[in-house]
Amino acid sequence: MIKSRWMLFLFVLFSAGAIAAGAHAEVIGAPQPWEWYFRTAATPVQEDLIWFHDLIFWVEVVIVLFVMALMIYIVVKFNAKANPTPSTRTHNTFLEVIWTVLPVLILVVIAVPSLRLLFFMDKAKNPEMTLKITSHQWYWSYQYVDNGGFGFDSNLIPEADLKPGQLRLLDVDNRVVLPADTEIRLLMTSEDVIHNWAVQSFGVRLDTVPGRINETWMKVPAAKIGTYYGQCSELCGVNHAYMPIAVDIVSKQDFQRWVEQAKTKFASADDAAPMKVVQAETQSSIDAR
Amino acid sequence: MADTHAHAHHDHGDHGEHAHHPTGWRRWLYSTNHKDIGTLYLVLAIIASFVGVGFSMMMRLELAEPGLQFIHDQHFYNVILTAHGLIMVFFVVMPALIGGFGNWFIPLMIGCPDMAFPRMNNISFWLTAAGLILVALSTVVGGGAGTGWTVYPPLSNHTFHPGMSVDFAILSLHLAGAGSILGAINFITTIVNMRAPGMTFHRMPLFIWAMFITAFLLLLALPVLAGALTMLLTDRNFHTAFFEPSGGGDPIFWQHLFWFFGHPEVYIMIIPAFGIISQVVSTFSKKPVFGYLGMAYAMASIGVVGFVVWAHHMFTVGFNVETRAYFIIATMVIAVPTGIKIFSWLATMWGGSIEFKTPMLYAFGFIFLFVVGGVTGVTLSNAPVDMAFHDTYFVIAHFHYVLSIAAMFAIFTGMYYWLPKMCGKMYNEKLGQWQFWITFVGVNILFFPQHFLGMAGMPRRIADYPDAFAGWNMVSSSGAVVSLVGALLFFYILWDTLRNGAKAPANPWGIGATTLEWTVDSPAPFHTHEILPEIKAEPAGHH
Repeated sequence: MIKSRWMLFLFVLFSAGAIAAGAHAEVIGAPQPWEWYFRTAATPVQEDLIWFHDLIFWVEVVIVLFVMALMIYIVVKFNAKANPTPSTRTHNTFLEVIWTVLPVLILVVIAVPSLRLLFFMDKAKNPEMTLKITSHQWYWSYQYVDNGGFGFDSNLIPEADLKPGQLRLLDVDNRVVLPADTEIRLLMTSEDVIHNWAVQSFGVRLDTVPGRINETWMKVPAAKIGTYYGQCSELCGVNHAYMPIAVDIVSKQDFQRWVEQAKTKFASADDAAPMKVVQAETQSSIDAR
Repeated sequence: MADTHAHAHHDHGDHGEHAHHPTGWRRWLYSTNHKDIGTLYLVLAIIASFVGVGFSMMMRLELAEPGLQFIHDQHFYNVILTAHGLIMVFFVVMPALIGGFGNWFIPLMIGCPDMAFPRMNNISFWLTAAGLILVALSTVVGGGAGTGWTVYPPLSNHTFHPGMSVDFAILSLHLAGAGSILGAINFITTIVNMRAPGMTFHRMPLFIWAMFITAFLLLLALPVLAGALTMLLTDRNFHTAFFEPSGGGDPIFWQHLFWFFGHPEVYIMIIPAFGIISQVVSTFSKKPVFGYLGMAYAMASIGVVGFVVWAHHMFTVGFNVETRAYFIIATMVIAVPTGIKIFSWLATMWGGSIEFKTPMLYAFGFIFLFVVGGVTGVTLSNAPVDMAFHDTYFVIAHFHYVLSIAAMFAIFTGMYYWLPKMCGKMYNEKLGQWQFWITFVGVNILFFPQHFLGMAGMPRRIADYPDAFAGWNMVSSSGAVVSLVGALLFFYILWDTLRNGAKAPANPWGIGATTLEWTVDSPAPFHTHEILPEIKAEPAGHH
């Protein structure tokens, strides 16, 4: 696993170099060909999640290999040729107690970090800003409630309009821009059916449910500044595959600059009024920051 | 199989006076005979599997490469994934394991002449058959139901699925559910009241225990589904608002009701499989089952705990953190009785004199691959890790390992094991073993890479995916082709057995096969156990 993470890291570095020629931010959280492990973690939640997953994973590998070893032994030793006379033993209290108690102990070892992580990932302790996410068939809209209340829609870039370097089915016209080193509260709801806002590198995957507001949080360190991708993860109708999520994590200063531009670009909405949805013209403001 | 029953009639003149039964279509349409009804269920499962597997092949074909090559309408893709799920669950796995093997072998193994309510048995089957027709219609009328088998509102409500298709799917599940409830009542009544003299509960073969527990799960879970479906039906057609936020309802309420049924449902599909595997492992190891009582009560506790873990399917809907904590713990508890079963099977084989005939190969494969699918279940039971995996291909890989692989392996196990009893002829052992190995290799190529896709974050239920996911998807689709070859070879073997199979003796499996069905002729005569067998010693391979 560690080896593959290093290779992934090198790959990301390499591909980042290739992309740096363009005006795009470094792509960190995108899927890679033949990937068989998690994308790079960008938040403490996802780092802990990967650590915890690896713990369970290795426990399970040991269990599977143990069962496999027993089965191979059975094939070799207890086939009809090798062992013509079957034993008649049907009980062994000691064994039965062991294979009941041992799994319980293993589960306790798993449950403790599981619950700790569960409570850690649940809600922001001291959120510094809030992003409100609303899902629609089939796009996302984002509202910066603490930064002037402006909002915008984020639509998939159709295949025909892709520029070189943009990812098919992942890049959007208006990316979400969020500051690094900031504890961000995410509030989510839906206007129509249930969708799911999922960005794996952040350890965030939460349903957006009409009539409810769900809450989670994220905090990306400055070292992980870059672009992250996600996809809708709850079946939401015909274009379920066509409402991706793209997030630019930028420095706090860049974020303030972006907010000033965005306020004028996306007509600001009154705090009390429902979010005003403005179609974006270009992606130039993000690229220009 | 109709022919073979006719032979049974002639071959066993001593049964002649009891063997008068209708012939032709009347025999099947009006049937009250548990063996004929079992056969009908198996035939239904085979017909449904053509459709269900066909849909999955269409999906794998489309997913082989990124972009849309064959299915240009994404709604159609959603329709076939929905129909695939509903058909495989309700009309392939359940009819085969419960209706098919249950009807055939409960009376034979507990030593009674037939089910307690033969006429109700008939209506159980025909309700299920009507359900299959309705679910097939739901894919073609009103635009098709593209909701997923979970039918979550609001997507499934009148606004987003205005045609009749979802109503057809709902009514289909109503009929199949009613059929299953009646069948469950029949099973419970039969097992409680009609066991042969001397066969106490603790002397029943484990397959009977499995069917007994499954019947209770059906009886308790399906009415909840029926209630939820009725609410959805009135939401769609009469403007009630059970699941409608604008009317004070809540879409999450549906998910609670659905999964309160849906989680026991997965045990409804796998506990009968446990029962079959226990019989086969014992038979071919020539040893009684190890830890018989532990095995029986492990299944019972899986059934009980299975009712209080439903919300682990809903870790991402946003309910409060304490609720999630409870469902993590409760779900992980199930790993304990499941572990008992795995280790008891291994201990049954330990010291045995094992003949690796096709049914045993499948049982062996079942045990190993169920462990693989089971441990990923432990991964998913942890809500924090589920944040990485919910609705990704990791979940697809997990539940196809336990259902598409394990439950289907159990169906193959049962088919090869009991085919001589059901049709009186032996399958071709060499072909059977080839069929096992082709299927074993195929399904692993098909489903193992889906773990990687899930790790990389590929969402399920999409016909087109980002280009980076292309590699493993192509591998997975190649595995689907190999699996299809295995499935087709199975149908050939079935045909070949019925046409050319050698005459099977009453007990083709030797000293390990100690349960009562091996004491009657092969094929089992139309009426069996008219003189009740008496169980004196410790029975049927279980001490």
